[in-house]
Amino acid sequence: MDLYEHQARELLHGNGVLVPRAEVVDTAEAARASAERLGGRVVIKAQVKTGGRGKAGGVRLADDPVAAELTARRILGMDIKGHTVHRVMVAEPVEVAREMYLGFTLDRAAGRFLAIASAEGGMEIEEVAARRPEAVARIAVDPAEGVTEAKAAEIAVAGGLPRETTGTIRRLWTVLTAHDALLVEVNPLVVTRDGAIVALDGKVTLDDNARFRQPSWDAADDRARDPLEARAAAAGLGYVKLDGRVGVIGNGAGLVMSTLDVVAGCGARPADFLDIGGGASAQVMADGLSLVLDDPDVRSVLVNVFGGITACDAVADGIVRALDTVPLTKPLVVRLDGNNAARGRAIIGQLAHPLVHQADTMDGAAARAAELAGTAATAGTSATGGTSAFAATGISDTSDISAASGTSAA
Amino acid sequence: MAIFLTKDSKVIVQGMTGAEGMKHTRRMLAAGTDVVGGVNPRKAGTRVDIDGRTVPVFGSVREAMDTTGADVSVLFVPPPHAKAAVTEAADARIPLAVVITEGIPVHDAVAFQAYARARATRVIGPNCPGLISPGQSNAGIIPADITKPGRIGLVSKSGTLTYQLMYELRDIGFSTCVGIGGDPVIGTTHIDALAAFEADPETDLIVMIGEIGGDAEERAARYIAGHVTKPVVGYIAGFTAPEGRTMGHAGAIVSGSSGTAAAKKAALEAAGVSVGATPTETAGLVLARLAETPGNLA
Repeated sequence: MDLYEHQARELLHGNGVLVPRAEVVDTAEAARASAERLGGRVVIKAQVKTGGRGKAGGVRLADDPVAAELTARRILGMDIKGHTVHRVMVAEPVEVAREMYLGFTLDRAAGRFLAIASAEGGMEIEEVAARRPEAVARIAVDPAEGVTEAKAAEIAVAGGLPRETTGTIRRLWTVLTAHDALLVEVNPLVVTRDGAIVALDGKVTLDDNARFRQPSWDAADDRARDPLEARAAAAGLGYVKLDGRVGVIGNGAGLVMSTLDVVAGCGARPADFLDIGGGASAQVMADGLSLVLDDPDVRSVLVNVFGGITACDAVADGIVRALDTVPLTKPLVVRLDGNNAARGRAIIGQLAHPLVHQADTMDGAAARAAELAGTAATAGTSATGGTSAFAATGISDTSDISAASGTSAA
Repeated sequence: MAIFLTKDSKVIVQGMTGAEGMKHTRRMLAAGTDVVGGVNPRKAGTRVDIDGRTVPVFGSVREAMDTTGADVSVLFVPPPHAKAAVTEAADARIPLAVVITEGIPVHDAVAFQAYARARATRVIGPNCPGLISPGQSNAGIIPADITKPGRIGLVSKSGTLTYQLMYELRDIGFSTCVGIGGDPVIGTTHIDALAAFEADPETDLIVMIGEIGGDAEERAARYIAGHVTKPVVGYIAGFTAPEGRTMGHAGAIVSGSSGTAAAKKAALEAAGVSVGATPTETAGLVLARLAETPGNLA
């Protein structure tokens, strides 16, 4: 879970890192009142979970409370890379003598955390890292040892930071470990005109797997979540809303990701990622199917299950159960293989529903679902041909959908 | 032969007496795995009857190893206790710990992976389906009856894609299938499995399944180019996945632009790996590569 800047600021402050005085508000009038309390001249910062706020005009200086109100009015409601600004932070300005970069992040390859430090902080840090990697120091931290005073000094020297930052370096490490964070980043970390080390901005990503021992996180959760995603979370389903027309349900993150790719290869766009997980019961399948059917963007649904622990007959029972309560108005393509597949296929066959189709293979099922969604590629190929339609389209054609990075899962 | 797990492997199960542990111990026994004990400090000295087999429960991994000669532990211990359980297995110097548990905090994984490495305990996982050497032994939750013994080695981040490929290639069969898990910090990597398969005289071809995130596949590609002489066929999932939430700003500094499926596919192809666009096409590439490899298989 990514935190908003103001939430990250609270964590840093709570662990002894100096931060500017600030308040978070959701109206322009409240921004004016905050500016009055903070001394008049303030910085107004959009609270959205994305980078590049400064370049998008989401961070502005206001000279007095009246200007603060006007500026807040301009920033509230702004769209920054698809994120609507619902709140702004009103912060006391800081006289900056020097900007630096400091963070702790996970090095997956080495299986440990590392410090990243640079004497050149600010908005251009990514370009600095790309153009002159030697200007950004990466220091691995031994998990058993942690960040001792000597380690903090090593990080400061390697990054070209003044010796006075070692306390802050150790406090950031405490934030990382005590709060089960995967990323703690301060950019810029500044030296003020009077020599104080202050975190002007903060970014923290918490590890969702640690929720069981971090009960306070529930309050930090995003309130304005996609309603379908919120419903899926309540049902314990792994669900991500996408922008296409083919609803996809499968078991196991790898197989579902693969199914999205195969649908895309058939010229259609997936409407979601929905993983019913390993050993899914009929109830989980029913919950998942009614969720996807309720998505107004979905034109057809593809259920792709390879039963390992999951039993295909339980999946089929779940489909039947869902159709008892949710009237099926969209075509549904089902592919079942693996554990109890014959029984599962028989259950779907007995259903004899005009909108329910079975397919023998994953590729064939995806092609059928794509065709039924009415968005399948048609240029010279038959979209019903399964692998042939896919081969004609080619996986490279999906690059426009976004060959994006993300987390992995088994 | 096989890698990491053979018919001689003696397996204990940490967390055997829990619901998941019992279910999968039963499946492992049915698959021919030599399960010699379970571990539960509160039930030490008891016995569990599973389908006519009696499996003793020990108070610690050390005691189980001393009594039975166990050399593999499969862990079904819930996330809050997983770190302590892996640490205990490593303290007992068990050669192989297979961590099935899903949802372990990364800070715990970082700690126990370093701890196990320093004690020469190989960890597979966490958040993985384990590994199977068909016809010999099965340590974990991979279904045993969807394939047969053969000469393909398979290493994968994804459980269900492992099953899908095993099923697609069921007529050829596998030496060992290793599910290394999809968590950011895992014990055994693609490279570890590639090296073991390369050294295994009874593996003729390697299938490698990857997915978005990190740069493990790119590193594996460089390893293949320098060290692997056997044919490798690859598959990558996640071309259409949205940008992940845990891959933050500083993460991008560490891994550059190498987390995408497209970059992974390109890196593998540059190393001479045939990469399929779908699991089915990938299986077809395996058959084609085997056909052009003289002396191998029928």
